[in-house]
Amino acid sequence: MNRQSKTFSGAIMSRAIWESFVKMDPRGLVRNPVMFVVEIGFVITLLLTIDPNLFGGHYGPSERSYNLIVTIILLITVLFGNFAEAVAEGRGKAQAESLRKTKTDLLANKKSDSGAYEQVPASSLHRDDLVRVIAGEMIPADGEVIEGLGSVDESAITGESAPVIRGAGGDFSSVTGGTKLLSDELIIRITVDPGESFLDKMINLVEGASRQKTPNELALSVLLAGLTLIFLIVVVTLEPMAHYVHGTIDVATLIALLVCLIPTTIGALLSAIGIAGMDRVIRFNVIAKSGKAVEAAGDINTLILDKTGTITIGNRLASEFLPVGSHSEDELVEIAVISSLFDETPEGRSVVDLGKDKGVTIARESYTSAENVEFSADTRVSGLNLADGTIIRKGAVDAIKKLVQEKGAKVPGDLDSKTEHIATEGGTPLAVMKGTDIYGLIYLKDIVKPGMRERFAELRKMGIKTVMCTGDNRLTAATIASEAGVDDFIAEAKPEDKMRLIRTEQEQGKLVAMSGDGTNDAPALAQADVGLAMNSGTAAAKEAGNMIDLDSDPTKLIEVVSIGKQLLITRGAITTFSIANDVAKYFAIIPAIFLAVIPSLGALNIMHLTSWHSAILSALIFNAIIIPLLIPLAMKGVKYRPMSATGMLMRNLFIFGLGGVITPFIGIKLIDLLLTVLGIANI
Amino acid sequence: MTIAGSIGILAVIALILIIGIPLGDYLYYLFRGEPSRMDKVFHPLEKWLFRAVGADPSVKMDWKAYLRALIMVNFAMMIFAYLVFRLQGVLPLNPSHIKGMPWDLAFNTAASFITNTNWQNYAGEQSMSYLGQMLGITYLQFTSAATGFVAAIAFVRGLIANRSESIGNFWVDFIRIHTRLLLPLAFVFSLILIGLGVPQTLLGPETVHTLQGVLQTISRGPVASLEAIKQLGTNGGGYYNANSAHPFENPSAISNVLEMLAMGIVSTALVWTFGRFIKNRKQAVVLYVFLTAILIIGAFIIYSNEAGGNPILQHVLGIHGSNMEGKEERFGPAMSSVFAAITTAFTTGAVNSMHDSYMPMGGFIPLLFMMFNLIFGGKGVGLLNILMFLIITVFLSGLMVGRTPEIFGKKIEAREIKLATIAMLAHPFIILVPAAIALVTKVGTSSILNPGLHGLTEVLYAYTSAAANNGSAFAGLNGNTVFYNVTLGLVMLIGRYVSLIAMFAIAGSLAKKAVIPPSAGTLRTDTFAFGGVFVAVFVIVGALTFFPALAIGPIGEQLQMWAHLLH
Amino acid sequence: MVNVWRSIRFTIVFAIILGLIYPLLVTGIGNVLFPYQAKGSIVSWNGRPVGSMLIAQAVTSPGFFHPRPSAVNYAANGSGGSNLGPTNPALVAEVKQNLQTVERQNPGIKVSQIPPSMVESSASGLDPDISVQDALLQVPRISRVTGISQSSLQQMIQNDEVSPVLGIWGQRMVNVMQLNLAILHRMGRS
Repeated sequence: MNRQSKTFSGAIMSRAIWESFVKMDPRGLVRNPVMFVVEIGFVITLLLTIDPNLFGGHYGPSERSYNLIVTIILLITVLFGNFAEAVAEGRGKAQAESLRKTKTDLLANKKSDSGAYEQVPASSLHRDDLVRVIAGEMIPADGEVIEGLGSVDESAITGESAPVIRGAGGDFSSVTGGTKLLSDELIIRITVDPGESFLDKMINLVEGASRQKTPNELALSVLLAGLTLIFLIVVVTLEPMAHYVHGTIDVATLIALLVCLIPTTIGALLSAIGIAGMDRVIRFNVIAKSGKAVEAAGDINTLILDKTGTITIGNRLASEFLPVGSHSEDELVEIAVISSLFDETPEGRSVVDLGKDKGVTIARESYTSAENVEFSADTRVSGLNLADGTIIRKGAVDAIKKLVQEKGAKVPGDLDSKTEHIATEGGTPLAVMKGTDIYGLIYLKDIVKPGMRERFAELRKMGIKTVMCTGDNRLTAATIASEAGVDDFIAEAKPEDKMRLIRTEQEQGKLVAMSGDGTNDAPALAQADVGLAMNSGTAAAKEAGNMIDLDSDPTKLIEVVSIGKQLLITRGAITTFSIANDVAKYFAIIPAIFLAVIPSLGALNIMHLTSWHSAILSALIFNAIIIPLLIPLAMKGVKYRPMSATGMLMRNLFIFGLGGVITPFIGIKLIDLLLTVLGIANI
Repeated sequence: MTIAGSIGILAVIALILIIGIPLGDYLYYLFRGEPSRMDKVFHPLEKWLFRAVGADPSVKMDWKAYLRALIMVNFAMMIFAYLVFRLQGVLPLNPSHIKGMPWDLAFNTAASFITNTNWQNYAGEQSMSYLGQMLGITYLQFTSAATGFVAAIAFVRGLIANRSESIGNFWVDFIRIHTRLLLPLAFVFSLILIGLGVPQTLLGPETVHTLQGVLQTISRGPVASLEAIKQLGTNGGGYYNANSAHPFENPSAISNVLEMLAMGIVSTALVWTFGRFIKNRKQAVVLYVFLTAILIIGAFIIYSNEAGGNPILQHVLGIHGSNMEGKEERFGPAMSSVFAAITTAFTTGAVNSMHDSYMPMGGFIPLLFMMFNLIFGGKGVGLLNILMFLIITVFLSGLMVGRTPEIFGKKIEAREIKLATIAMLAHPFIILVPAAIALVTKVGTSSILNPGLHGLTEVLYAYTSAAANNGSAFAGLNGNTVFYNVTLGLVMLIGRYVSLIAMFAIAGSLAKKAVIPPSAGTLRTDTFAFGGVFVAVFVIVGALTFFPALAIGPIGEQLQMWAHLLH
Repeated sequence: MVNVWRSIRFTIVFAIILGLIYPLLVTGIGNVLFPYQAKGSIVSWNGRPVGSMLIAQAVTSPGFFHPRPSAVNYAANGSGGSNLGPTNPALVAEVKQNLQTVERQNPGIKVSQIPPSMVESSASGLDPDISVQDALLQVPRISRVTGISQSSLQQMIQNDEVSPVLGIWGQRMVNVMQLNLAILHRMGRS
């Protein structure tokens, strides 16, 4: 499916416009107190348009047209707010639609009580049912492979076109409903009941149906409601105060003032920001089970990463040849390459490649007659038996030593010291022998993925401590740790160690994130504040984590952290902007309201707005159109760059705080000029 | 404005800081409960007091228990004071045969003094017996200051607690603040004041034949003992109607300076104590820099307006020079201006000049300071307001740096924001709503003395003063009516206890949370950048809330004045 | 209930300590240390009290120095200011009246010489001090009435002048009671 859908595609737009009207329903809008107040204001001004003297007074027809204009602007303000939310939801809905398509009309071969397989609709499958899937069929529901091995196309879920291998037992046994089996045959035990499948959850998530307000969003809503209440008090009490100084303010103007002051900008965009944030996570191919998890990601203090596969490429590669005894490097390289000619493991390939770099290329053809000896856990060596009976082996140093000693040959004196040397540097030594003679050592090294150092540096700037987990010994672990630039490491780690680390960090009040895929990672994933499970991992892991990475790339956590932060920053920035706007609106409206009774207040009309009607309408129009203008920002999020918290605060305050004070002065003045030109200013 | 006057203003503010900081250290050790050399003196006394009150000093209280005890004892004392005011006519120590107060005035006065407001709808020399001054006023001036003080200390304890429920023992804190701070300071200060000319006697008024041979009745009484705690406890309720402008309350330039120091030092000290408690002196320094700067700016705005004089009088009568209407010669414009700034910044409410007669912008600053209610603020309550706005600031800025906001290692979540919003909301609500009611009702407007926009400011000032628990007044407004006695009394009580309860709830909620160690991603609150944001937030929130009212109050009046419009 | 009982006990115990013992102790010690100030700085002339050094009294006789205008007519048992706002026409009227009084009593002085404090009411209504300029403007009148030479009067003002503390706190001023007692003293002797 296409996750890069454009922000404003035509279909989404037209649907969003329709939705904007549907969302006028006060029952829904009441959950957003700020916009609800605007809607109430709209209703009142509408009534005042019909009867300008509804609340007493003797207003002429000009009052009616003024009320009408205010009514229209208020309506537009509400619609803009609804539109923002609808656009954000629209993208999710489009994605949900395409997901739903994969779900419909699936049939399953379910094992009946009699033991025979019969065709049933996939929607009738329950937990612990057994189904059989044959190549070319869709997997009907989430489950675990209990028999067979096959390649599966998971592109419908992950967007990744390369097929993956799924088989019984081990960490690759989980399959997802809606994916397609490409080869072989699988017997699957279903692990979910109808409606609870991964696909169902995903549809719900992208649609925003199960969206709950995140803790920070909740807190912000409270503050916004509080500010709305304060301004309500300000406006309601203004009339009697004005009355004391012999002024009168008509109701439409009071409502206009109220709507200008309450934080409509953030009120209108708040839910859109939340939805768009989740959407950004999804577009990174990460499924967050809740918005809370994404927000928590922004707060992470400690990040626990597995070494293998996350920090390092996952395989040790040959990096050096160390000859021993009287042998030269050239001799060693040649024997080492021969020993690895038919070794298809990454280690073996890396020996051949390194040999090539050293100028030694040996064709496989010249050794076709040789017998290949595979590596076994028993012997811990591999190599070739040449046609002439000579054996060539490479393998663990002590195993090779034993082989040589069994044959009564001598072990070169410098072997042990060089072995030691490699081990202290954190590498893995492989000894190479031919016949009874040890030629030297291959230095196997863990290779840190390119760019990791920079990413960890970035994390450090964000204030996140990285901890590497590895089963390696301390020395090896320390070397990789310093090479990758992580802050800390646990060597010889067992799953319980991970758990203990998470607990101790959490006890200190820190938030911990980790990624994992194995079943034995599941408890730690559940314990962590942010647990990113790999989609390739086991069902248990996916169940335990609160996020699932469809690309199975553990370093994604870094992006998720950024998105979490971005989410908060966007909310904070638009809130600040919204409140800062009020300064200019006061300068527009207050002198206008009191112009008649306190002409001296005209000194505050620093924008020199044409008339008092124009001043109020300009402020109100500015207040409305700033909402759609900020939709793109709400969708994309405020740019996040790792830097010190204070630096970022000042930067964002400068842009959104100071900008929020200045922009409306310019905007209101421009609208006033426009209204003047159009002749509306003097109605 | 003169250079000497300006230096005088700066010197007073500097002295407050110089004395406040070591006093803050003392308070820190006192409330940490660390053993000190003074224990030998105080322990036996305190032990006796604990027994007399029936409190067990070893009990640890959670926020609810602490708050319950605080509210309960405040209520008991308020009832007590009410009875004293009602019954003073039949009680002893009443040489001028002053009658008991009517119910509304007694309620207003009891509410006023229990809340540390010290708004006075009575003239002390005419409506209060010596016993009332001692057993009603002086007494509550101690305990209301102590109440605010222990509330702040309890809050700070909640802030630094790590997953704990206890925020200390109310009775221990409440008694110790009396024995180890307020009583000794007040005792020494009252003797100094007597030396400077403040009367302290139980003799009745002195009736003299003046130099011209007419009769003059000179009121006197136990003034110094009241005056001392009035200033030290940021109370502000004077013995006399003219308050600290009265030569018997504030006889000289020296006593004036000492009284300003007395108003300032304890609240200033508390900010330092807070810094010590959170183990971050720089936080206190940052707050000092910004709050002091605002205080100085405010003082100089007043000073420049007052020293500039009244342009109308210049224009119409040709009188040049400072505005001396409602000011005393021994203070002049400089010492009056800085007194006005300090009394409203520290929400004392004592006045040494009549704010009602200030230039519009001169009176605007005291009003604004009370609207902010946190330029150091009153005893304890000021610190609580500072912390309340810090929470709001931290929340907004926390969002802007992309982290769930933390204040001093404690996460700020919906519950804290809800409570802080209630505390923040209460202030404008109880100012604007009753002021609006007063301005459209006959009972409200008939008490107004000055016409035009200035009259609106009188009412606005009254409710702001009551809400901020300040007590200073645009005294032209006649507050001694049933309407004002009751509404102002209620505003004072709400202004005090709603935010206090909300802040206690925050303290309880914060105490339970774990302290998060700071990291590079933590937004530091002890930087000058953050201090600037803090100021911006409370200034903008304050300005947005009160701008319309101020625009048709002092700002409008000033603009009219410039336009040489006379009403 | 425990708290109610405790609160009542606290209220009573501390009312006694803070409301009775403390002020009475201060009264006792204060009267021993500073008996004159503690009783209100009452001054006597010819053996009978004539006022307080710190409290202004209504002096209208041309032979004495006059204090600043008082909004409460120098009621030492009812202090207060006018509380007139800066834009209130009543303020202009009041100041105008004070100005006319000053001009009538001290013929020949120019408005531009008059310090505002001479025609604007004090805060307490009992301000015992006047500015040096104020006092000097009254010298010709008093000299005319009492016969004390202008230079003697100026000398008196100089003797009694209070300067700002450390040069920064307060204003140059003189105590009216002190000056008038000095006049009485001089008259009594001459």
